[in-house]
Amino acid sequence: MSQHQTSQSSSAMSVRNTGIALNAETGNGQEFLTFTLGSELYGVDILKVQEIRGYDTVTRIPDAPEFIKGVINLRGSIVPVVDMRLKFNLGNAEYNEFTVMIILNIAKRVVGMVVDGVSDVMALSDEQILPAPEFGGSVDTRYITGLGTLDDRMVILVDIERLMSSSDMALVSQALS
Amino acid sequence: MSIDLQRFHKSFFEESFEGLDAMEQALLALDISAVDAETINTVFRAAHSIKGGAATFGFSSVAEYTHGVETLLDEMRSGKRSVTQGDVDLLLRVVDVLRGLLGAARDGSAVDVEAVASTQAGIARALAGEGSRPALSAVADIPPAPASAGWLIRFEPRPDLFRSGNDPLRIIRGLEALGKLEVEVDTSALPGFADADPESCYLAWTLRLYGDVTRAEVDEQFSWVEDDCRLLISPLVVAKTTAVVDTTVNATIEAQVAERTAATKPQLTLVHGGGPEPAPAQPARNADVSSIRVGTEKIDALINLVGELVITQAMLTQQASHLDPVLNEKLLAGLSQLDRNTRQLQEAVMSTRMLPIDSVFSRFPRVVRDLASKLAKQVKLVTVGESTELDKGVIEKITDPLNHLVRNSLDHGLELPAQRLESGKDPTGTITLKAAHQGGHIVIEVCDDGRGLDRARIVAKAQANGLITAVQAETMPDSEVWQLIFSPGFSTAEKVTDVSGRGVGMDVVKKNIQALGGQVELDSIAGRGSRTIIRLPLTLAILDGMSVAVGGEVYILPLNSVVESLQPTADQVKTIAGQGQVVKVRNEYVPLLALWQLFNLRSEIREAHRGILVILESDGRKVALLVDELVGQQQVVIKNLEANYRRVPCISGATIMGDGRVALILDFAELVRTASGAVAA
Repeated sequence: MSQHQTSQSSSAMSVRNTGIALNAETGNGQEFLTFTLGSELYGVDILKVQEIRGYDTVTRIPDAPEFIKGVINLRGSIVPVVDMRLKFNLGNAEYNEFTVMIILNIAKRVVGMVVDGVSDVMALSDEQILPAPEFGGSVDTRYITGLGTLDDRMVILVDIERLMSSSDMALVSQALS
Repeated sequence: MSIDLQRFHKSFFEESFEGLDAMEQALLALDISAVDAETINTVFRAAHSIKGGAATFGFSSVAEYTHGVETLLDEMRSGKRSVTQGDVDLLLRVVDVLRGLLGAARDGSAVDVEAVASTQAGIARALAGEGSRPALSAVADIPPAPASAGWLIRFEPRPDLFRSGNDPLRIIRGLEALGKLEVEVDTSALPGFADADPESCYLAWTLRLYGDVTRAEVDEQFSWVEDDCRLLISPLVVAKTTAVVDTTVNATIEAQVAERTAATKPQLTLVHGGGPEPAPAQPARNADVSSIRVGTEKIDALINLVGELVITQAMLTQQASHLDPVLNEKLLAGLSQLDRNTRQLQEAVMSTRMLPIDSVFSRFPRVVRDLASKLAKQVKLVTVGESTELDKGVIEKITDPLNHLVRNSLDHGLELPAQRLESGKDPTGTITLKAAHQGGHIVIEVCDDGRGLDRARIVAKAQANGLITAVQAETMPDSEVWQLIFSPGFSTAEKVTDVSGRGVGMDVVKKNIQALGGQVELDSIAGRGSRTIIRLPLTLAILDGMSVAVGGEVYILPLNSVVESLQPTADQVKTIAGQGQVVKVRNEYVPLLALWQLFNLRSEIREAHRGILVILESDGRKVALLVDELVGQQQVVIKNLEANYRRVPCISGATIMGDGRVALILDFAELVRTASGAVAA
């Protein structure tokens, strides 16, 4: 029991150490919030996540793509909501009391992202992150920073900032991108 | 004890710039033929306090420069020299140079060395030519202060005297140097030791100064602190001085100056006291607390909070509307009370951001004066409605466009005096700046009585630029021709001057005003003058809205664009060549725009006669908007949609409704354009 504890804490230490090294070199965080879309597990940098909340009624925006559900009132500010399931044609886009969205804080903008489910926060050391191969995933490989493995599960790590500010998300004015 | 002077710098600069503004205004108001001693004194005081402050804070360049200016002003003040137009021009240039020097001291920006040198030389010349005969009028205003047996001075500094870097002891020592001084300290305001703030001044003094000292010398000692204290100076009446008694002797002057109200006349009575004008009837006893300086970000935070409160209140009211009024009488009464209070609070908070438009208008006398002399034109500037209030944010953004319009009027509109005489007009042209409230808008007009716009030249230029065709040139109504001026790169001026004529102006003016949610109109009569009318919303933060429902969504229409709403009969609606629909409203055909079609909504109501038409007007054009139903009217707080999202066509922003949901605000001007475009196509 005590041995287990020590090993755990030492591994946490090592993660933290590599994390610092990672931060210094690449600017990437080492902790990821993972969520599911269909059967795939995705991870985003935890530092970009502002909060997780249930799905509310949204106000539709005219002339918006189908995956932009609309805008919500997040404590006084108007925040657009994107349904990733519609964007990537994954899972069933059902809205019920279990539907969750991840509120992201990206480049001083706030965006809500509807996903199938939020799984866990996981720490990955850089040995656990492999470069993304060319593969036919639902997400364009340009936005994938790597593949993480943890307990035989594969996590697709997404550069959420780049994805959300890209022109195919239609979240920012074309003039900007 | 060393005091960190750094933290006083900011207020020194703020006060100095305000002082310069006051100087400028006083100089412009100065009438050479009848010099008003009080005006000169205002200018002098501003220069004096800038010099004093600059010397204290170690901005020696500013202090040295101001010293020469002060000497010149002192001569004017004391009547030693008459004030000429040249002096006023010189002093106005001095104001500009001082602005530059202060700016340089604050931000390290570059100084116009040439201007400094030339004005300094000008002052030196003016001082050298001291022999200029004193103007009689100036002397008449200033009878020499009678030398009395002495002065009784009551000096009550405000508690925060030390914070402005002043020391009463220095003043008392200075007085002592003038003559025999008796000092009494009044310690009655001194709190207990535990409550005393070491940085506050609790003491007051009664001073008796004996000797042949002039009032001016006494005032000089207090000149740095007169804003920060209650000061009573009265001559010591000695029994034997009978013959000298003069009206001025009785004049007890309360030298209390309204704190920094640079724009208002100084309430400090003149050094000579009494004279023809009465002593100030209402000394501004509470003037020192009548205004405080608050950062705009604090006010904005307050406005945001009140905005949220209004939303919460609306939410409560909506929830309570389902309650039984009999069972919940007290709750409902409380809620309606809350409604009133919130509304009042909102109005009060909004009004803190409102400033009179005078703060913009007041800069134009200078602009017009400088420009008129440069262009050799005679111009009179008339301002009307300076007290009209509008949002500070709007004021800041309206200054540049207005400046541009005034310069345009002066350069292009007004003719040279000779030309004006030829066409039978007063050789002095008039430019009028007018502001007034009109509904939820403020309307600002810039008028001139010049030659008006030249249709032929504008049309020719537009044709040359390929903006219009020859046919259009013939048939276009005047109002559309004038709109051409707002096209980018359009200027009919024959030569480009540094005043205007580069053609980058009017399109920028229009863009800036549209960005504020306003509109520009032009009106002109050849030979009689032209008029630019700017229509602006009062504030950028709150909107009177009408909520309408379409396909389960609620949209907000700005109430000031809504003309009327009606339920048409089927035969009122006509289709035009399969292109679009119009609706006949009282002998007028108005293009019809179905919101469900435009926004691609699933609405049950597709035919006009089953829904409701809201008639909107913008730019003199109307459009009938088909909606499912009208929901209500309410004030909404405008939220930016683009902060987290992008611009959406026909949507100007969003707001949060009483139930916490988001509703989009429709951009009526764009809707009208869309509709007219659809029918015209």
